[in-house]
Amino acid sequence: MVAADVGFAEASWIMVVKSLVIFAVILGIVPMILLLERKLLGRFQARYGPNRVGPKGLFQPLADVVKLLSKEAYKPEAAVPVLWAIAPALVILSATATLAIIPFGDVVDGNVGLYGIDVSIGILYAFAFGSISFYGLLLGGWASGSKYSFMGAMRSAAQLISYEISMGLALLGVIMMAGSLSLVDIANAQADTIWYVIPQFVGFLIFMVAGFAETNRPPFDLPEADAELVAGYNTEYGGMRFGSYFMAEYMEMVVVSGIAAAMFLGGWHGPGPDWLGPIWMLAKIMILICFFIWVRATLPRLRYDQLMSLGWKVLLPLATLNVLVTAVLVVVW
Amino acid sequence: MADPYPYLPDDSIVSVQRGPEPGGIKGVYRAFGETLRGLKTTMARVAEGPVTIEYPEEKTPVYPRFRGRHKLHRFEDTGLEKCVGCSLCAAACPADCIRVVAAENDPDDRVSAGERYAAVYEINLARCIFCGYCEVACPFDAITMGHEYEMADYNRNDLIFTKEMLLAEPILKVPLRNEGE
Repeated sequence: MVAADVGFAEASWIMVVKSLVIFAVILGIVPMILLLERKLLGRFQARYGPNRVGPKGLFQPLADVVKLLSKEAYKPEAAVPVLWAIAPALVILSATATLAIIPFGDVVDGNVGLYGIDVSIGILYAFAFGSISFYGLLLGGWASGSKYSFMGAMRSAAQLISYEISMGLALLGVIMMAGSLSLVDIANAQADTIWYVIPQFVGFLIFMVAGFAETNRPPFDLPEADAELVAGYNTEYGGMRFGSYFMAEYMEMVVVSGIAAAMFLGGWHGPGPDWLGPIWMLAKIMILICFFIWVRATLPRLRYDQLMSLGWKVLLPLATLNVLVTAVLVVVW
Repeated sequence: MADPYPYLPDDSIVSVQRGPEPGGIKGVYRAFGETLRGLKTTMARVAEGPVTIEYPEEKTPVYPRFRGRHKLHRFEDTGLEKCVGCSLCAAACPADCIRVVAAENDPDDRVSAGERYAAVYEINLARCIFCGYCEVACPFDAITMGHEYEMADYNRNDLIFTKEMLLAEPILKVPLRNEGE
């Protein structure tokens, strides 16, 4: 049974191998991003960052993961058991599922597409799973039976509503220019013309700002807000359950960077031979992730009302205007 | 008549730089321009490189007048101890961490240059506040503050430094920096 229209479908064993490869690659990249973030953050603050575990501190993420894995699976008395256990799994599931639509290349040799799945609803798939990941945060915060967690969960819900709309509208301009929802088609459309980051610069900025909010990254890390909420929705979590939340945040960073790279920065297209495609895509993702880290090192966290007024009073009108102008220009041309 | 405005603005006073107020087109500049300025500031830190001194491997250099662990001195020519056991350092010590027991010098086997010498000279570094009064009180410059600052130990008794320990040259030299550097 095919649930959604797909642009290109392979034999099922290829699909299984592909999903395993994508999962393994991203799972390998996440600890590297973790280390990269801590190292870069150090440099941005005129210090070295972790450099004690292994040569140049390269084994630091390994040590972190081993520490998290060996911790006691603690559960507070007031927690709702099943929901409390499901929540981190939900977050990681949705983050992993969204990875499927990040394209690392077109169909190779006529039988393997370098992406998880090329669904025709494309970007809507990402939005659907992005929303499900917020259920994970909400459930986790509520089921913890702690006030701090609950506050964090409420904040994440409000943030989702405020920023998902602008995010969608920011992408609408690109979708109209490419005439397709599929990320593969959009990336291919940029190969013929120019990267959409130039005509859709406003859209790109709005998407990135909303992306910071979507991934709960600073300056929009209000659901975590360690200064006032301890750690927000994951206050009561420990061990690898906390690790799942943490890993999902970094995977979502990869996803948002991947979508931005595919929709605005030409996807896998770049100078050089065709086989460089996936490497170009990975490089673009890494550059965007470095930008995420750079912004984290620079900007202070917004106050709650500032977050709301930025989302509703600035980003939403700007995104709507961007869509209207693009629509008119697309029709006129 | 006294000057009513003793602190009139001159070149030494720099006025506070303020960005544009929020709202309107200037507000957009404020949000956007200030964000870019912030990004530039953090990137400048990357360009400058870390300022970290990796402590156990690299040590912070100390100034010549840094007051670290005490040292007792001998005369360089005769090798006799400078300390004559007068206990002035112990009297000056506000933390009461110095214990001196004096003894008469044997003329055939002199220990110090004076009439008497310190048979026991102990400094309890767990109590010492490194004020340097002992150094000031000493009439023979027999005790001075050295540069060693790594004195942590597992046992309080190990922090009581005897005369032999204070006379010995420190094993590890602390890097020095020049005054005003």
